[in-house]
Amino acid sequence: MLNVSVYRYHPEQDQKPYMQDFQVDTGGKDLMVLDVLFLLKEQDSTLTFRRSCREGVCGSDGMNINGVNGLACITPLSDCVNNGKLVLRPLPALPVIRDLVIDMEQFYQNYERIKPFLQNDKPAPAIERLQSPEERAKLDGLYECILCACCSTACPSFWWNPDKFVGPSGLLQAYRFLADSRDTATEERLAELDDPFSVFRCHGIMNCVNVCPKGLNPTKAIGHIRNMLLSRGT
Amino acid sequence: MVRAVTSFGRSGLYDWLMQRVSAVVLTLYTLFIVAYIIANPQLTYAQWSGLFDITAMRIFSLMALLSLGAHVWIGLWSVSTDYIKPMGIRFVFQLLTGAAMFAYTVWGIQLLWGL
Repeated sequence: MLNVSVYRYHPEQDQKPYMQDFQVDTGGKDLMVLDVLFLLKEQDSTLTFRRSCREGVCGSDGMNINGVNGLACITPLSDCVNNGKLVLRPLPALPVIRDLVIDMEQFYQNYERIKPFLQNDKPAPAIERLQSPEERAKLDGLYECILCACCSTACPSFWWNPDKFVGPSGLLQAYRFLADSRDTATEERLAELDDPFSVFRCHGIMNCVNVCPKGLNPTKAIGHIRNMLLSRGT
Repeated sequence: MVRAVTSFGRSGLYDWLMQRVSAVVLTLYTLFIVAYIIANPQLTYAQWSGLFDITAMRIFSLMALLSLGAHVWIGLWSVSTDYIKPMGIRFVFQLLTGAAMFAYTVWGIQLLWGL
């Protein structure tokens, strides 16, 4: 039997959040955390959480698993259970809508702020804008982000200033477009980031790298942005 | 673009660079002072005073003093914007930090040139 403690909060019924304990029979299998959540839902159908693809592609089921942010669907119990106990909480820093479901509005606003689309002021060619294999290779490790918010909600700088610091996820995406040879808005993008908060509130503690379920490295991308700002400003 | 008018140099890049340059100056100054004290175990007042009579040493000391002021201001400004949320208290904290840094810098210059 596995002891599971889950954060519960129904704003219309509960005065404040509380932890609910469950006992789950995993049948001795090394289930994924999401499978455990389905078993919990059989015990209490009011338990609320997001999930969709159940294979680490959609980024819906980001949550705090035994203190570490991750995707429930690709986190096996053998990777996270401590002394037979599993503690599940919503991702920190963002408002809770209900149980494990958080309001990601601020996170998406920060994503929107970095203009996550290709900008090119040159006339469109007849067929497509070409890239050399080397230019394309620069986007590896950047484009794979699924916006699950595990990284940004693990970042203390995002906790304290979510409205000002873009956060690791947004900055990884910012660099994805700064590094793209087909994008011509580099100057405008950099000008938007040169303030004491947007990029420079990152102190390089690498919590983001530690939790990213896709194995990406936002700290490295932020370092690249910093270098671009530096070569533009000196 | 986030607007910040109480930061050291307005630009994030400028503050970031100043923080690093001042850290290098402070490291070099600390290493020099520590090495000097170790190399001169029988240090007398006259010798110590003589060291600070050298123009190069005064320039180095002033550089370290200004670096300290800038470094502390940038650092504490970051701390205040992270942890102090009410605008009034945050502004007063920043004001006091600025005033303290200014006072220490002027006081330091007076000490350096008054010896």
